[in-house]
Amino acid sequence: MEESGNNLISLHDLQVHYRSGGGLFSASKTVKAVDGVSLDIRRGETLGLVGESGCGKSTLGKAILRLTEPTGGKVLYNGKNLALLSRSLMREQRKHLQMVFQDPYASLDPRMTVGNIIGEPIRTFGLVNGSVEQRVQELMETVGLSRRFVKRYPHEFSGGQRQRIGIARALAVDPEFIVADEPISALDVSIQAQIMNLLERLQAEKNLTYLFISHDLRAVRHLSDRVAVMYLGRIVEVADGREVYRDPLMPYTQALISAVPLPDPELESKRERIILTGDVPSPIDPPRGCHFHTRCRYAIAECAEVSPKLVEIKPRHYAACVRISGDHPNIEQNAAENLGVVSV
Amino acid sequence: MDINETILSVDGLRTYFHTEDGVVKAVDGISFELKKGETLGIVGESGSGKSVTNLSVMRLIPEPPGKIAGGSVTFDGIDVLALPIDEVRKIRGRRIAMIFQDPMTSLNPFLKVSKQLMEVTELHLGHTKPQARAHALKMLKLVGIPDAEKRLDEYPHEFSGGMRQRVMIAMALSCDPELLIADEPTTALDVTIQAQILELIKDLKARMGTSVILITHDLGVVAGMTDKIIVMYAGKVFEQAPTSQLFSTPANPYTKGLLRSVPDPAHEQGQPLYQIPGLPPDVAHLTDGCPFAERCDWVEEICRREFPPFVEVADGHHSLCHFARRVYEDSKPEIFGDM
Repeated sequence: MEESGNNLISLHDLQVHYRSGGGLFSASKTVKAVDGVSLDIRRGETLGLVGESGCGKSTLGKAILRLTEPTGGKVLYNGKNLALLSRSLMREQRKHLQMVFQDPYASLDPRMTVGNIIGEPIRTFGLVNGSVEQRVQELMETVGLSRRFVKRYPHEFSGGQRQRIGIARALAVDPEFIVADEPISALDVSIQAQIMNLLERLQAEKNLTYLFISHDLRAVRHLSDRVAVMYLGRIVEVADGREVYRDPLMPYTQALISAVPLPDPELESKRERIILTGDVPSPIDPPRGCHFHTRCRYAIAECAEVSPKLVEIKPRHYAACVRISGDHPNIEQNAAENLGVVSV
Repeated sequence: MDINETILSVDGLRTYFHTEDGVVKAVDGISFELKKGETLGIVGESGSGKSVTNLSVMRLIPEPPGKIAGGSVTFDGIDVLALPIDEVRKIRGRRIAMIFQDPMTSLNPFLKVSKQLMEVTELHLGHTKPQARAHALKMLKLVGIPDAEKRLDEYPHEFSGGMRQRVMIAMALSCDPELLIADEPTTALDVTIQAQILELIKDLKARMGTSVILITHDLGVVAGMTDKIIVMYAGKVFEQAPTSQLFSTPANPYTKGLLRSVPDPAHEQGQPLYQIPGLPPDVAHLTDGCPFAERCDWVEEICRREFPPFVEVADGHHSLCHFARRVYEDSKPEIFGDM
């Protein structure tokens, strides 16, 4: 969907389906955690991926790195399809593709010292000419940890410091691409800002490309060049960060943005909030047609039938909704004028 | 009922925990007042003492290792800390109700929702079974649970996170309490569900006239929900102000820092985010000076040496800072613009 030369990662119809349940008397069901995602991640950018819990955003991140196996589609990295690589060849690629997790405590071995945690990938990949210790200490300074802490264990650190350790470990192999899966959600407000600034500084210094996964729209807005919105396994809107917040096209994105409370009592008192009814439906048995139609205030009969495709509505602004098109981008207006299906 | 009547007054409350690591002064001299029908926000990061404050008010501090070491809690003229525990139990759930962050841990997974809701009014209001069941149904409908007749006899695990929080709210409001304490009620929920729950609390509060204490780490959540706010740090009240004043003219460097470090989607991006440097202090090992001194932009030598005063910078607006007035003046918008 974009010129390919700038893309570091290209996803083509990526799928992660699993079988769920199925006992003596019940048939197993298919969970479509990621249901046909096509998306480009450009070299040097931060692509923000937002969505509510259960929408498949973490699974998508893991499937790119094959920490979860994709069941269909392609993951192109520098033109190679990672989904087809053997395990050992994939392992080789991991030095370019790294992940930072939400809960730094769960992702750090409690019995290893910080020095060993950060040094392990360096040793595994035999990456360093000089001493591993020296490289570890450099990394610790890069992420803002005192090198005096090299012999300490994870439990001796605060949440923010542990996240710095997780970031240092990801950086140890000098990757090109980092999937950051909710890296700040478990942290206190004053520490979140520190980690966001750290991620931005590292990106500038090391020319990193990020997929930043978060349910926190404020953080995504701050960090991302482009934003993709995910709902029940599918991408429903993609645009530049500023554009998505200024002119969200999809009713789901509109509701998501309107739900974020603003730290400003005056604005808050004036706002007309769009309150979505109901919960996110289960991905085990997602609604037919557009997955969002059960909660959408603009839904018409066709929405329950047709699965909308991601279409370029405005330049560089994609949305998946049968009720909007390039000629008729405003769904509220379309609904007021009683326009039915305007794009398929 | 006098509209200006105080429903809850907390004065100089101190709650300490005796640990191997020393005495943790989790709450150290907190005072505030809540009037009938008001909503108070308590904001702070983990370890600031915001939850312990409210557990102390409810007499839910485990002793040992905890101990309420001083101060007083007065609820509708009753000295709560002096009350025998049996009497406290009569108030808890009946006149003061609570909802917590994770409804799954506060609901009994083995009991149907109906049973759990009915217990409350059978105990506190002396309802018969049929009365209690009718009341439970009414409450589930009130909090917006679709298909309430059917869902009444389901188990907690059959509800989604947002629906469970609604059940908790239904249970908390069953006896029409005068005070509702909501401790991070939306932190575990998605933003669209958070918006639903906050709207529900607002709506019920307006209808039932309940006073509310809303505890959260999210300044956005309190902005639209509260009349006044307390900002806590290291067991102390750092700032206390009417909501609009706290956001427009913060008088404490910590509050200012918190406000600046939240990315604001209403404004354009570009610059790095303001960050408060360093880490929150270890409350078991506080020094004599200001607990925020090491992280503060305004720090001077006196801050490390002397504990700061609690200064009233405007009517009802207090700040714990040696330079409260200067910080307050600094926050004031320049009304006359550039000359």
